[in-house]
Amino acid sequence: MNIIEVKNLSKNFGNFKAVKKIGFSVEKGEVFGFLGPNGAGKTTTINMLTGLANPTSGKITIAGQDGIKDIKKVQQIIGIVPDESNLYDDMSGFENLVFCASLYGIEKTVREKRAKELLKQFTLDSAGNRPFRAYSKGMKRKLTIAAGIIHEPEILFLDEPTTGIDVESARQIRKMIKELNEKGTTIFLTTHYIEDAERLCHRIGFIVEGRVVKVSKVNDLMVEAQQENTVEFAMDKSGSSLEKLLLSNFSGITIKNMTDHSIRISSAAEIELMPFMRFFDDNGIKVSEAKVIRPSLEDIFVKITGIGIDKLRKEKEGKKK
Amino acid sequence: MKKLLAFFSILMKDMKNYYLKPPNISWGIIFPVSWTLMFFIRSSSDVDIRGILPGVMALSVLFGTTSMLAVTITFERKSRSFERLLLAPISLNLLMLAKTTGAIVFGIINAFIPVVFASFLANLSGVNWISAIIGVVFIAVTSTFLGLFIAVSVSEVFEAQTFSNFFRFPMMFLCGLFIPIEDLPVIVRPLSYMLPLTYGADILKSSINYNGSIQMWVSLLVLLGYSLGLFLISTHNIRKRWIY
Repeated sequence: MNIIEVKNLSKNFGNFKAVKKIGFSVEKGEVFGFLGPNGAGKTTTINMLTGLANPTSGKITIAGQDGIKDIKKVQQIIGIVPDESNLYDDMSGFENLVFCASLYGIEKTVREKRAKELLKQFTLDSAGNRPFRAYSKGMKRKLTIAAGIIHEPEILFLDEPTTGIDVESARQIRKMIKELNEKGTTIFLTTHYIEDAERLCHRIGFIVEGRVVKVSKVNDLMVEAQQENTVEFAMDKSGSSLEKLLLSNFSGITIKNMTDHSIRISSAAEIELMPFMRFFDDNGIKVSEAKVIRPSLEDIFVKITGIGIDKLRKEKEGKKK
Repeated sequence: MKKLLAFFSILMKDMKNYYLKPPNISWGIIFPVSWTLMFFIRSSSDVDIRGILPGVMALSVLFGTTSMLAVTITFERKSRSFERLLLAPISLNLLMLAKTTGAIVFGIINAFIPVVFASFLANLSGVNWISAIIGVVFIAVTSTFLGLFIAVSVSEVFEAQTFSNFFRFPMMFLCGLFIPIEDLPVIVRPLSYMLPLTYGADILKSSINYNGSIQMWVSLLVLLGYSLGLFLISTHNIRKRWIY
């Protein structure tokens, strides 16, 4: 059953088309990842889904309700964690949570109890009385997520939840996302971290230049990407001198020099290791390692979005800063 | 009931967090108090103090409310915590009423600071306190919505304060509080009648010194019109600029 349905959704800023007639759906109870390079339209889409931006055209249905006309009803059942930790600096962690719960009309005793539980769950109970401004980046992020779920939403929108925080906090947040999902919360997640998407998401939608170019299950993406077989060999000699010889001895292969002492051999057919090992041995080359290379989600991201791996890394670093 | 709970939570949060923010203290409290003291010290008699009381009351409200809004809206907008409120399941009108009610209360409290000073220095018997309070409330509402209009038009707190002064200082001298409108150059007078403070000040002048020149119901109607107009323009601007 689909809990979010988006049809022909567009958003223009003057002449600039930020989102171009996109369509996708999110199933109830799944973790849906929304991936794309900077400026692809991820945040604009999340803003339209949550009511912070008005679509130029298209239709949004969330939990059976019109996500444009009845957005205030929809906001009652969704939680939103923006890409920035935007709680109130002068208020304590506890006060922030209690205040956020009150915006959803939760009565005092319930919201105070829930705030205490969440502080404990996020290991922030000892910092509950400290002002938000005194929190570290990781603590701020955790409290912002806690504020997003204090009213126990059916759907949680998470915009870059682990960007720019320490490893331990990121690990705790990933664990929390999994736990929330296990309890039945549908999660819509945008992230720059491919590893997060790989670990957390059931399905992924790729958005490039305002268009959703692919929506698929993570496992299906992996199988699809495994169109060719690749083995990487680490050797004691340079591989570039062997290229011609290898190509003349083995048909249907392609060769890529990785470093001075390692090469990748790819083929549409299955690669048997022994003929290659014999070939290297006959040519007096010692092989120290041979490993099968499987495509990562990062490779798939690069392939689908067309964004270079170096640019992707730079984007990640830029986000961290 | 849920909406009311959200309304009061926003109101209480603003009152608790922002009443004592530096821009509020300087422009909303210190400035009106200094202004009041300056006028009272310069006034040689009871009559003078009572004469200038409507003026300092009106200015205290004006400065208090506009300063408060510059902080509560612009500051939160800058830190993006305002987005949190826009994403809450309450209507924009109710949200903006919650954000402005704190400033209205602050303005009303500010109006009575000069009254406290004046009560020690002058005879305030015979003041029509009911109409004075009505006048103060109407001035507070109108100037709060003027502050809201300013706050949603800028992005920095200092811009809000500067832009506020663009309205506040001309109003001080053109609303007939210190220089009667009849004594102003003919060419400036229409401008005076375009300023909301002119009507608020007139209600206070009528209530305290019985020397107002505009019928009270006219002043109330004009202030109500200004309030509604400014509120509607402000919420329209928020929908256009912040829910883009």
